[in-house]
Amino acid sequence: MKKAFREIVNGNIWLSFLAVVASFIVGGILIAFSSETVQTTATYLTARPTDFISAVWNAVFGAYDAMFRGAVFNYKADNLTFMIRPITETLAYATPIVMSGLGLAVAFKSGLFNIGAAGQIVFGAMFAGWVAIFVDLPGYIHFPIALLAGILGGALWGALAGFLKAATGANEVIVTIMFNYIAILLLGYLLKTPVLKAPGSVNPISPPVHDSAKYALLMGDQFRVHAGLIAMLIAVVFVWWLLNRSSIGFQFRALGHNPNAAKVAGINIGATTVLVMAVSGALSGLAGTSQIMGTEKFLTLGVAASFGFDAITVALLGRSNPWGVLMAGILFGGLRAGAVTMQANQGVPIDIVLVVQSMIVLFIAAPPLVRSMFRIKPQKEDAK
Amino acid sequence: MKLELRGITKRFGTMTANDHVNLIAEPGQIHCLVGENGAGKSTLMNVIFGLYQADGGEILIDDKLVKFSGPGDAMAAGIGMVHQHFMLIPVFTVAENVILGHEPTKFGTVLDIKKARERVLDISKRFGFEVDPDALVGDLPVGVQQRVEIIKALMSDAQILIFDEPTAVLTPQETDELMVIMKQLRDEGKSIVFITHKLREVKEVADKITVIRLGKVVGEAKPTASANELASMMVGREVDLDVNKAAAKPGKPLFKVAGLSAWDHAGSKVLDDINFEIHEGEILVIAGVQGNGQTELTEAIIGMHGKTIGSIELDGRELIGKNVKQVLDLGVGFVPEDRTEDGLVADFTIAENLMLDRSDRKPFVKGLNLQLDFLKKFAAEKIAEYDVRAQGIESKASQLSGGNQQKVVLARELSRELRLLVASQPTRGLDVGSIEFVHEKIVATRDSGIPVLIVATELDEAAQLGDRIAVMYRGKIVGIVPSDTPRATLGQMMAGISA
Repeated sequence: MKKAFREIVNGNIWLSFLAVVASFIVGGILIAFSSETVQTTATYLTARPTDFISAVWNAVFGAYDAMFRGAVFNYKADNLTFMIRPITETLAYATPIVMSGLGLAVAFKSGLFNIGAAGQIVFGAMFAGWVAIFVDLPGYIHFPIALLAGILGGALWGALAGFLKAATGANEVIVTIMFNYIAILLLGYLLKTPVLKAPGSVNPISPPVHDSAKYALLMGDQFRVHAGLIAMLIAVVFVWWLLNRSSIGFQFRALGHNPNAAKVAGINIGATTVLVMAVSGALSGLAGTSQIMGTEKFLTLGVAASFGFDAITVALLGRSNPWGVLMAGILFGGLRAGAVTMQANQGVPIDIVLVVQSMIVLFIAAPPLVRSMFRIKPQKEDAK
Repeated sequence: MKLELRGITKRFGTMTANDHVNLIAEPGQIHCLVGENGAGKSTLMNVIFGLYQADGGEILIDDKLVKFSGPGDAMAAGIGMVHQHFMLIPVFTVAENVILGHEPTKFGTVLDIKKARERVLDISKRFGFEVDPDALVGDLPVGVQQRVEIIKALMSDAQILIFDEPTAVLTPQETDELMVIMKQLRDEGKSIVFITHKLREVKEVADKITVIRLGKVVGEAKPTASANELASMMVGREVDLDVNKAAAKPGKPLFKVAGLSAWDHAGSKVLDDINFEIHEGEILVIAGVQGNGQTELTEAIIGMHGKTIGSIELDGRELIGKNVKQVLDLGVGFVPEDRTEDGLVADFTIAENLMLDRSDRKPFVKGLNLQLDFLKKFAAEKIAEYDVRAQGIESKASQLSGGNQQKVVLARELSRELRLLVASQPTRGLDVGSIEFVHEKIVATRDSGIPVLIVATELDEAAQLGDRIAVMYRGKIVGIVPSDTPRATLGQMMAGISA
């Protein structure tokens, strides 16, 4: 299990790329199958095969073209705003996924399979949300304090899981999964009490965050993309520095690759485990702030959405390398943004995108499968 | 059955692992194949066993040409292999393991475990193996597990038996017992190929010796050849296996262990009132059969063992109660018993491994920033000084041979300001050239006035390296004797009889 995990985390970036390509191919086949024109032309396939082939081409090309126009650049739009909106939407979706994916990358590189991104996002959003909604502070310090509160919230929730592992040997996978439920249920409870609930509301929803605690919009009111994007880029550089250039990150990686040797070399395993989980949680907490102070502006039960799982996929697809996570996160943001257009324009069910995402997970989890599909030789074992 | 190899050649990419190797193993003979790690011994055996396909050459059994496309073919042809790492399932019983792959059945489908048990008992009795067919393999000592492997080979009626470094994991007693078994098998008329780099074993059992170096057969030797002669053939230059050291000039006692006792997690006593001193410029060897408390003793010294009482004093400072980092900081160098598991991070580069213990210290780090330029310089110096054979400092530890891995560990541990060196089985599994190097470094450390504690399971090494020998048995020190004490006396002490 540990060995397989290590192979996935430290695997070749090309395999990630090929996993994505393979997933799009499978997605294309599904799009073709689900198209009615394709189904109709298939009935007289032998009589006029050209009809069938062009129907398949139209369905698949049309769908991916729509996805491109929804996710990157809409060349059919009337004005510049509509043309470039798709890429900004992609980046807005990608922001929390990348942040949280970075957190998981730190944990994965340190040999800890943190599945608790969802819970850590929720905690970050709760802490940040409480400061941003219920505390009145002058503009210039409200935002940073809310931001720090969110990071701290995620860090605490992560560190607690790390502490349980260090102190009792509890398996971090199980602990963090359970912590997800606890965090989400706690949020549900607090949204029904005056602690977080909007006065007078019957729904489990908080009052809006103060303007002074919002991420600034980067491109004006027309676009959703906000300063969280900058925070995300800083986080990418930070994680790169942490893992590759800092002494703390060196110890993290030593723990991840061989805890026994780390211990014999005098590295404190327990303390390092807690610290890894704190850093990991802090980055998910940051993702929580992006959600509450940037995108949603209210605290609801849906604050973590499916980001917890997306973050796992993105961290694995990016091979737990910060730049890889950035690219994978933008890809996932694009899939989300593009799926909407694809359904609206071409009638392709949005679920196709979920299938593509799931296929990516499958292909990453099974490196030999991708290798055999593309006839890549495994890295040669050193001959004895 | 006679096994003959003619001009076997096997290449991996540009590397030639076996280069026109000829070999004949005859019935009623033990044919030793000796060579350093990486000489191509294991590759050759894997070719014979059908795991690799040769790029050239022929295999003949009883003068008939054979071709194996997998181990199944080799086994069917009468070849049995006892692997270095056992291919057994720990949760199965001996009988279940032995029949795995060719299970005897009743009525076509029902597993006939009774028949399997009988055959195990049969073979076990014939060779005096004393193996219980109903024992779970995971519960058995390593030496007995190996016998299970041998039984497995004999069950399929193998006439040619290949032993691939079988003694690497055995205690001295188990090794002696294995030698007896091999001689019995030979006397039964089996052809035996015995791969090893331990020359004492070769001299004890060999009828014929083939020396292989860098993939080529460099010659045959007679069993009467001296160990130094054999070693020189293996390495390709003059080698002196004796440890060259001047008489110790012990100074004041710098390291004192007094009344040290320790318990394991289950609460049983693993160290029982240990007392000894090591002087400046002296090597004390802890000898004993593995598993008599040596591991716990070294763990207690470096601060990794839990429940411990008594005193461990280094230069007037108490070590008990300190954590690993504090102990290392007080000047303890530690070479662990299992270098791949505890000494190195396999996926890290040589350079990274060299700073494993100092990644939070100047000059390796400023603030929180690793000083990669300094590390590069440091690592380049160390691999030159310790003669680590690698592509460069960016090579991963996993790509190095055992000897080079151990050199990296030594380079790291000896480059701190030392007051004590603790090395546990520092030459285990190393080739001749590396053993020589490791011994030199240890003696040089002693000569610089540092007390040295060595844990050894091989008596030769204990006698050659040590200035004094402390023998451990069941968590106690049976006695501390001079290093010229006769082997027989030491052997008795290792069995718990005080001198």
